Amino acid sequence: MAQPRRFILSAASSMALFAALPASAQEFITVASTTSTENSGLFGHILPIFQAETGIEVRVVSQGTGQALETGRRGDADVVFVHARAQEEQFVTDGYGVQRFDVMYNDFVIVGPNDDPAGLRDAADAADAMAAIAGAGASFASRGDDSGTHVAEKALWAAAGIEPAGSWYLSTGSGMGATLNTAAQVPAYALTDRGTWLSFDNRAGLEIVFEGDPVLFNPYGIILVNPERHGHVKAAQGQAFIDWIISDTGQAAIADFTVGGEQLFFPDAK
Amino acid sequence: MDGPFATAFSLIASGDPALMQIIGLSLRVTLAAVLIACVIGLPLGAALALARFPGRGAVIVVFNALMGLPPVVAGLVVYLLLSRSGPLGSLALLFTPTAMIIAQTVLILPIVVSLTRTVVEDLWAEYQEHLRSLGASRLRAVPTLLWDGRVSLLTGVLAGFGRASAEVGAVLIVGGNIAGHTRTMTTAITLETSRGNLGLAIALGIILLALTLTLNAAAWGAGEWARGRLG
Repeated sequence: MAQPRRFILSAASSMALFAALPASAQEFITVASTTSTENSGLFGHILPIFQAETGIEVRVVSQGTGQALETGRRGDADVVFVHARAQEEQFVTDGYGVQRFDVMYNDFVIVGPNDDPAGLRDAADAADAMAAIAGAGASFASRGDDSGTHVAEKALWAAAGIEPAGSWYLSTGSGMGATLNTAAQVPAYALTDRGTWLSFDNRAGLEIVFEGDPVLFNPYGIILVNPERHGHVKAAQGQAFIDWIISDTGQAAIADFTVGGEQLFFPDAK
Repeated sequence: MDGPFATAFSLIASGDPALMQIIGLSLRVTLAAVLIACVIGLPLGAALALARFPGRGAVIVVFNALMGLPPVVAGLVVYLLLSRSGPLGSLALLFTPTAMIIAQTVLILPIVVSLTRTVVEDLWAEYQEHLRSLGASRLRAVPTLLWDGRVSLLTGVLAGFGRASAEVGAVLIVGGNIAGHTRTMTTAITLETSRGNLGLAIALGIILLALTLTLNAAAWGAGEWARGRLG
C-alpha cells in the first residue's frame, strides 16, 4: 500500500507546482486584432517600442475581423484593432466600443497565376477585374470567414453585379495565409491585403495581377471596448495604447516598418 | 535554402529564447493537463470498473465517446465558460496558460478514465478471489489494482499526452496564440503555415515530434525497468 500512496502524493505535489504558473506582475492589456497585422510582423515591430515607453505589455490575439469584434463584444479584449469600417462603426453604435480612431491603411491587391487566364492585367478597375474572373470561370479562392478582407471582397463582387457561385469559387473559410496557400496550389485568384502578400513566402506561381484602384483602400481603425458595458476593461491602459498609436511617435513607428524594403502600412491618424 | 531538418537543428542549436519559451510552455501546459487528468481520471476509472450502479453502462459509453471529442469543440466549450460574458468570466482566465490546461484536461480525461476502467476491470476479474480472501473490499482494492496495472495504465497516460501535445484547435481558441504568453508549438506551427513559412513550420513540427519521441522513450524505458525490477 505504501507505493501507490507515495505515487499519489508525488503526483499531487507536482500538480501544485504546475498550478503555480508564474503570474505576470506586469501591467498588460489584451488587443483583439486581425491576422493581417500579426502575420505581416507589424506588432513585432511597434509593440516593443510602446512597452519600452509605457511599461504596458500588449497581448495580441489575432483573429479575423469578425471574430476579433466578437471577442470585443464579449469583453474578452480591452481594445480591438481591425479593418472593416462599416462593422467597426456598428460596433460603436451598438455600445460595445467607445470611439473609433483612424490608425493607418494599406491596400488590397488581387493575386493570381502568372499566366493570368482571366486577363486581369487589362482590367479597367476592380469591379471589371472581378467580372473578368467570373466571366472566364477562373478559380478564385475566397476567405469566406467574415474577415475584413472577405467583407471587402463581397463589396467588390456586389460592385461588379455578380453573385459568386459555382465550382470556380472556392470558399476556404480560413485565414489569409491559409487562403493564399490554397490559391498557390490550385492555382486560383485571390484578394489579399498587400502586407500579408509581401511577407508571404509560399507564392508558387502567384503574382500581383491587379492593383491600384482606390476602392481597394483598406483602412484600419482602433476602438476601446466600452468599460460601461464590461467593467473589467482596462480603460486607462487601453486608451494609453490608442493615444500612443495615433500619436506622432506611434505613427512614425508604423511608417518605419518595412518588409523587403517596402513600407506596408501608411499612417493616417487625424 | 536549407531543408527543414537543418532549420530545426539550427533553431535548437541557437537556443533562441522565443523558441525555448514556446517549448517550455507547451510542455508545462500538456504535462499539467496530463497530471490533473490522472489525479481525477485514475480513481474515477477504477471506481467505474468496480462500482455497480444504475446508469453505469451509459456513463461508460459517454466516456468512451468523449475520447473522440473534437478538440475545437472542447476549446469552444471552455471558451464560452471562461469568456468574460460566460459563467466563469470573473476568473479572468481566458487567453491564459491556465485556460489551455483546462481545455487539454477536458480532452485527456476521457482517455484516462476509459483506459483505466478497462485495465482495472480485467485485473479485478483476474484477482477478485485472491483480493477478497485477503479481506479487501472493492474500494480497498483500488490502489492495489492501479499499482498492479501501472504499466498498462502508462500507455493510456501516454496516449493522453499525445492527444494533448498534438492538438491545436482547443489551445488556439482558449489561449489566443499570444506571442510570448500563450503560443505553443502547435499554434506556432499553424501561424507559420499561414504566413507561408512552410520550412519553419515543418522544422517546428520536427522539434515537437522529437520531444514526443524522447518522452515516450523515457516512459517505455521506465516501464521496462519497473517490469524487470518489480514484475
